[in-house]
Amino acid sequence: MSDPTTARGKPTCFQELILTLQDYWAGQGCLILQPFDMEMGAGTFHTATTLRALGPKPWYAAYVQPSRRPKDGRYGENPNRLQHYYQFQAILKPSPPDILERYLGSLVAIGIDTGLHDIRFVEDDWESPTLGAWGLGWEVWCDGMEITQFTYFQQVGGIEVDLVAGEITYGLERLAMYLFDKKTVYELPFNRADSEVPLTYGDVFLQNEQEQSAYNFEHADTDMLFRHFADAEKECARLVDKKLPLPAYEQCIKASHAFNLLDARGVISVTERQSFILRVRDLAKACCEAWLVTQKAA
Amino acid sequence: MAELLLELLSEEIPARMQARAAEDLKRLVCDGLKAAGLSFTDARAFATPRRLALAVDGLPVAREDVSDERRGPRVGAPDQAVQGFLKGAGLSSLDQAEKRDTGKGEFWFAVITRKGGPTAESLPGIIDTAMKALPWPKSMKWGSGTMQWVRPLQSIVALFDGKVLAGEVAPGGAMKPIPFGDSTRGHRFLSQGTFKVSDLADYTAKLRAAHVILDPAERKKTILEGAEKLCGDAQVTLKADEGLLDEVAGLVEWPVPMMGTIDAAFMDVPPEVLIVSMKTHQRYFATIRQDGMLANRFVVVANNVARDGGATIVDGNERVLRARLSDAKFFWDQDRKVRLEDRLPALTNIVFHAKLGTQAERVARIAKLAVEIAGHVPGADRGLVEQAALLCKADLVTGMVGEFPELQGIIGRYYALSEELPLAVAEAIGDHYAPAGPNDRCPNGPVSIAVALADKLDALVSFWSIGEKPTGSRDPFALRRAALGVIRIVVENKIRLPLQHFFKADDLMSFFAERLKVQMREKGVRHDVVDAVFALGNEDDLVRLLARVEALQSFLGSEAGQNLLTAYGRAANIVRAEEKKDKALSARIAATPDPALLEQAEEKAVASSLIEVERALAVALKSEDFAGAMNAFAGLRAPIDAFFDKVTVNVTDKPELRLNRLKLLNHIRATMDSVADFSKIEG
Repeated sequence: MSDPTTARGKPTCFQELILTLQDYWAGQGCLILQPFDMEMGAGTFHTATTLRALGPKPWYAAYVQPSRRPKDGRYGENPNRLQHYYQFQAILKPSPPDILERYLGSLVAIGIDTGLHDIRFVEDDWESPTLGAWGLGWEVWCDGMEITQFTYFQQVGGIEVDLVAGEITYGLERLAMYLFDKKTVYELPFNRADSEVPLTYGDVFLQNEQEQSAYNFEHADTDMLFRHFADAEKECARLVDKKLPLPAYEQCIKASHAFNLLDARGVISVTERQSFILRVRDLAKACCEAWLVTQKAA
Repeated sequence: MAELLLELLSEEIPARMQARAAEDLKRLVCDGLKAAGLSFTDARAFATPRRLALAVDGLPVAREDVSDERRGPRVGAPDQAVQGFLKGAGLSSLDQAEKRDTGKGEFWFAVITRKGGPTAESLPGIIDTAMKALPWPKSMKWGSGTMQWVRPLQSIVALFDGKVLAGEVAPGGAMKPIPFGDSTRGHRFLSQGTFKVSDLADYTAKLRAAHVILDPAERKKTILEGAEKLCGDAQVTLKADEGLLDEVAGLVEWPVPMMGTIDAAFMDVPPEVLIVSMKTHQRYFATIRQDGMLANRFVVVANNVARDGGATIVDGNERVLRARLSDAKFFWDQDRKVRLEDRLPALTNIVFHAKLGTQAERVARIAKLAVEIAGHVPGADRGLVEQAALLCKADLVTGMVGEFPELQGIIGRYYALSEELPLAVAEAIGDHYAPAGPNDRCPNGPVSIAVALADKLDALVSFWSIGEKPTGSRDPFALRRAALGVIRIVVENKIRLPLQHFFKADDLMSFFAERLKVQMREKGVRHDVVDAVFALGNEDDLVRLLARVEALQSFLGSEAGQNLLTAYGRAANIVRAEEKKDKALSARIAATPDPALLEQAEEKAVASSLIEVERALAVALKSEDFAGAMNAFAGLRAPIDAFFDKVTVNVTDKPELRLNRLKLLNHIRATMDSVADFSKIEG
């Protein structure tokens, strides 16, 4: 195994953090995938996690996933809360016995020296009601700061997994703010300071946060979104019947995002909220079951 | 004599589960040893974030064969009895049992022989059984395996008498078995590789050399002493917190307390906010200045000895706290730009419960109720009560409570103070959720009392009205706690509140009665005394009810009380016995005795002292002087004793005389029962 720190050196900006993690996990035998090309709330929704966590086939992958949480929009005014941010996710299935050591290796790679810092594994069990998924694990603290969520998947889509996947999720902006000692996400150097065109995270995303927050909270057409939800729900069920779990799952993701937008617009009451979550979960469950059939047959 | 040493090394075990798991492991292994007939002198269990360990001392190296005899049923007994005997003795048929004549007939006997042999041969099975039975609150599988453990299990030390036991644990799937061995690992960052151990002493010493303190009690001591030293140097005092200390000791194998500083900019944020941020979110210990105020120092316990002496760790923790507190300060500054009153419209957007409407509707109900209750709370100004009730939930829509939900109420109080609302209003907002438990403070200001009662009574009455009553195992809306809160507020402040007036459902009063009974029993009040007072029924004034209980309890503790109880028992027993024989009797003896039919001096004396007692009783009860009421009874004792000495009740030849005497006895019973149901009192 090559030492990625010597290959690349300690990251100094947001994109080098991503590149370092990609290099590191590639070195650990992971496929380096690209983001899923649809709006989703977290890297877990990527088919590389949700569907691949099910079935008897081993699977090692890592990828960056833009994650959209419409409700977390703050018009660019909060130092660390964003409605669009990046997660870096590594998934190792079945989880190897030395997965924690491998994870700690990734911290060394991005410049966290365990001889200087205090790394702690604090109980934090994970559950996604919309995906019908849960697992046990920790949030990993570095000097009191949560830098990673680590989960051993036990169930996905309401189905108990055959092989347990270890899922490692880094919140990239938060991690970068810590590594590069910035008080707000918008001050993060996106590329190297000595680049020809040095830019900050704010240069790239501040306007997006402002406009998207206005859209999420003020302008999203709720009638249209309710229709989209209903359409996606119907289409998903139809595709499940046709035994096409991958296109069906994309409709499930669409329904989930429409729900998140409606939720941000404040048009879903507390009681309705629960029923929407259950509807998405039913879709996810159906897709996962259909997917599992294809995996066990192969 | 030899020692068993067991260590189960895993990935990080949740702090809250460690102590219990170590004790469970000890219990299960010890149970297994006892069941196998293996005696031992001592068993000790330990836990760190990564390991459970157990040492059992004084075990025999080998055990002799043990045979045990069990007598079964008589030969020829019914099949059911025979089957039961076979099952109990672990035999499959009577061929394995033997017949013996005991002199009292022929019986079946089972001779159960347990093979002796080296203890080392029994231990692996005992360990395996204990591990499978260990009840983790939550467990998981990992890799391709099927075994359940709290987190992936990594290695096992299983030594007996210094030698590795033969055995392994199979996680299942394609995973390699984890063999019993004699080597383990030290601290995740401060130690490298594995090392061999031979017994508990060696194990503890080598772990210490590898930066692991095995005993949680010692880790706690290290943390506490280290933290107090740091505090002493900084001239502050550690804010004691046993729960936090336990948790932190479960997060570190090698505790290194360090002191950090809170930025001065945050010190004007309410101390409760700082404490929640530090304790709940970051597991830091807060510190106190000499004047009792929160100090700007905190203690963080690291799990590492850093090359730079901890400067980076302290700096990092200060940064994390700064980020959290920046949020808090932002809310503190922003929230105060909007008055609590102007937040009320936003409460219409928060659903309290689907069937019970919004928070705004709930607040309207609470306000109406609080004003009504205020009429029963001496010194409660209705205007202030209404104002406080209307504002009590306004902080739910502030940014601060959004971020720190556990500070609801407390935050409202601060905002009310900064708006310069009347102090009583601010205090009532801050107090209205209290008491949250038996050890929580109980509101005592008049305005606070009215609002806190209204908050709880509205919850109880509302949830009752939609059929959401607590069951034995389910109380999702914490209605038991609400009822206990009402009881504490009413009783501790002696509020004369006719509860029934506020209840629409009858069973809500009996729900209260049950809570009150449980509470009084926990306080050591005799349960029969409680029952005697509750049996009167129709009492919804808890203060009066408790005064009665107290008076009765102390009366019964006196000699006069005991004697009178005996007299009561005699009177009541005679009446009851006669009532049993003649169903119509009760109605006929309900009236007062006819003075003309009183013959003997002793019965006349009872009758006249009853009149005296009733007069005294009426006065005492009217002024709720229950001790006085009990004392009034004392005058009955001598006449009743004399009556039973001299007077025959069941005179056979004069039925009207008998009836009149029964009326007299019944009258004694009825008079005493008007204060408490003395028939419930157990001698």
